Amino acid sequence: MLTISLTHYVILSALLFSIGLFGVITKRNAVAVLICIEIMLNAVNINLVAFSKYITPIDFTGQIFSLFVITVAAAEVGIGLAIIIAIYRNKLSVNLDDFDLLKW
Amino acid sequence: MYVEFALQHAWLVPLLPALAFVAIVFLTRPWKMLSAILAVGSMALSCVIATLAAYGIFTNPEYAEKPLVYATRWFSLGMPGMPALQIDVGVQLDPVSAMMMVMVSFISTFIFLYSIGYMDGEDGFSVFFSYLSLFGASMLLLVISSNLLQMFVAWELVGLCSYLLIGFYTHKISAREAAKKAFVTCRVADFGLLLGILSLQIVFGTLNLTELSERIAHFEEFTTFGILTMIAVLVFIGPIGKSGQFPLHVWLPDAMEGPTPVSALIHAATMVVAGVYLVGRTMFLFHEVESAMQLVAVTGAFTALFAATCALTQREIKKILAYSTVSQLGYMMLALGVGSLTASMFHMWTHAFFKALMFLGAGSVLVALHHKADVWEMGGLVKKMPITAWTFVIGGLAIAGIPPFAGFWSKDEILAATFAEGHYVLFAMAAFTAFLTAFYMWRMIFLAFFGKENPDNHPKESPWTMTVPLLVLAIGAIGAGWLGTPWGNVWAEWIYFGHPHHADPNFIVMGLSVVLAVAGIGLAYSMYLKDTEKVKAKAMAEQYSTAYRVLVNKYYIDELYLWFNHALVDGAAKIFYLFDIYIVDGIVNGIGAFAKVSGEGMRVFQTGRLQNYVLIFFIGVLVVAVLMAFVGPSNAVPVIGGVK
Repeated sequence: MLTISLTHYVILSALLFSIGLFGVITKRNAVAVLICIEIMLNAVNINLVAFSKYITPIDFTGQIFSLFVITVAAAEVGIGLAIIIAIYRNKLSVNLDDFDLLKW
Repeated sequence: MYVEFALQHAWLVPLLPALAFVAIVFLTRPWKMLSAILAVGSMALSCVIATLAAYGIFTNPEYAEKPLVYATRWFSLGMPGMPALQIDVGVQLDPVSAMMMVMVSFISTFIFLYSIGYMDGEDGFSVFFSYLSLFGASMLLLVISSNLLQMFVAWELVGLCSYLLIGFYTHKISAREAAKKAFVTCRVADFGLLLGILSLQIVFGTLNLTELSERIAHFEEFTTFGILTMIAVLVFIGPIGKSGQFPLHVWLPDAMEGPTPVSALIHAATMVVAGVYLVGRTMFLFHEVESAMQLVAVTGAFTALFAATCALTQREIKKILAYSTVSQLGYMMLALGVGSLTASMFHMWTHAFFKALMFLGAGSVLVALHHKADVWEMGGLVKKMPITAWTFVIGGLAIAGIPPFAGFWSKDEILAATFAEGHYVLFAMAAFTAFLTAFYMWRMIFLAFFGKENPDNHPKESPWTMTVPLLVLAIGAIGAGWLGTPWGNVWAEWIYFGHPHHADPNFIVMGLSVVLAVAGIGLAYSMYLKDTEKVKAKAMAEQYSTAYRVLVNKYYIDELYLWFNHALVDGAAKIFYLFDIYIVDGIVNGIGAFAKVSGEGMRVFQTGRLQNYVLIFFIGVLVVAVLMAFVGPSNAVPVIGGVK
């Protein structure tokens, strides 16, 4: 019988993180990039909770930390969406390639 | 009681005119007459105190051996590896400084008085008197200084005042240029003096004159003979500039641009005699170094002869007097160089009277002729201006060396001292200079005061404020030399270096100098008075036209300096200009260009695309992670910069 160990969690987390990173780098749509960032954050959360359960099961530092990450992520998404809406009103586009204003 | 007070309060002598300066500048400037009275009064009061103090010095023989010194600490600095710098300010009274104090304050008083008449109605009347007061105060401070640094401060103050006064007519370009020239020339020389003073401090650890003379008397304990020679030469550079010795005499004739009382003040009582006085004051230094003494003597004799030849062909009355001053200062230096402080100070004393007299006389003439200065355009002034003319004649007899006028005794003292010391070449130069002096002085007198009147001139005698000083100084020009006649030489008993000594009266030398003086006057008479059309003079100028041109152009010394300035100073400036443009600016611009070019190259990395940045960022993270994993954290530290 295969038991689920820490390694499995870490592998899952790494996979999710990589998928999120790939999305962040390749997606054109700004909203999709935000979603991918959320995936990366959740990969980190899985990591935190897994390490908390297997390495420091007595005190819940990892789990509490993941709660903080979720809170911050919610706030971040709120700001991110607000920025995207603001840009969309100006440029009528959510394509990240159109947002290269800060170049030489 | 008064004498005792004056001795203890001799510091009042420079202080009173200095206070007059402050008072005139800040309070009494709008009231012209009050300012003038303040200046004259303070100087006269100083003169009284100085005379009382001098009386005290001369009635107490011990002061000749041991000067009366009182001083206070000005400041002191400790420096590692050097004797502590302790600077005193104070008063040193001995026969030499007492004599100078009386001379400076006495002559200045009468020059100030004369200025009231001379400067009447000029712009800046009060300011002029404030400068005069400061000038007198600086010179008196220099005279009574007990410390070389204090002396140097006064020395520079004198230089500053001469600058202000020579350039007093600020609307005249020539006056401004002359003031600058005087200041710069003196500054060049002062640099040498300053180096000398600093060396004295470093080597001997004190600048107080009395201590310094004790230490230099056995200088072997402090330094080598070579260094002492160098110090003596450096110190002598200062007097070369200030006392107008060759080759730094160029500023003195130009200094004639100032108002005439200033010329008189500079040439008789203050400024130029400061250099001679300084050498006399530091005689203990020169006395130890035979070669420095010879340098002083040769410079003096050469300057005397050189300036006398320059004076031969000058046409402006004040220029002739200026060159004669340079020449007479050469005599004083010569006397110092042959070791006779007595003769030098004696000549300074008599010279102050007759030269002040002649300058003031020249000023009186200039006022009467509305500043027409060419002696060839004067003539016959004696009829309209008898007081000026006859006092001028007295001055001329004195400077030519006709007994019993003052100049004869002092010049004879110098000639006798030079002869007695065995400097026969210098003696010949000095004797020939005496002949030239008599000639050019009387050339000027005959041309200006006698002969045919120039119908274009309408001279009239000057007011009493100008003639009274002339009369008083004329008395001085007659009698000032009687202190040092061969019969009862009071002077030599008081003013000497080391121990009382003076050359025995040498009647051959005396007779020779009289013969030369009479010959000079006679030649001037035959060329410029008897020969009414000046045929001989013109013929000589034509016959020796090359020599004549050289003399008229004062040996082209000014041109030489100008050429030097153009060729060397401007040339060097051009090189430095190019250096600045191409090297200094090149470095600065190069740094700027490097930043610009590297910026051009680097900015292509700034794409402005978010996802490019993210990619690069995570590649970086990956690199760090790989290094941590495979190389190990401790080895990765240097690569990733401190992350553990």
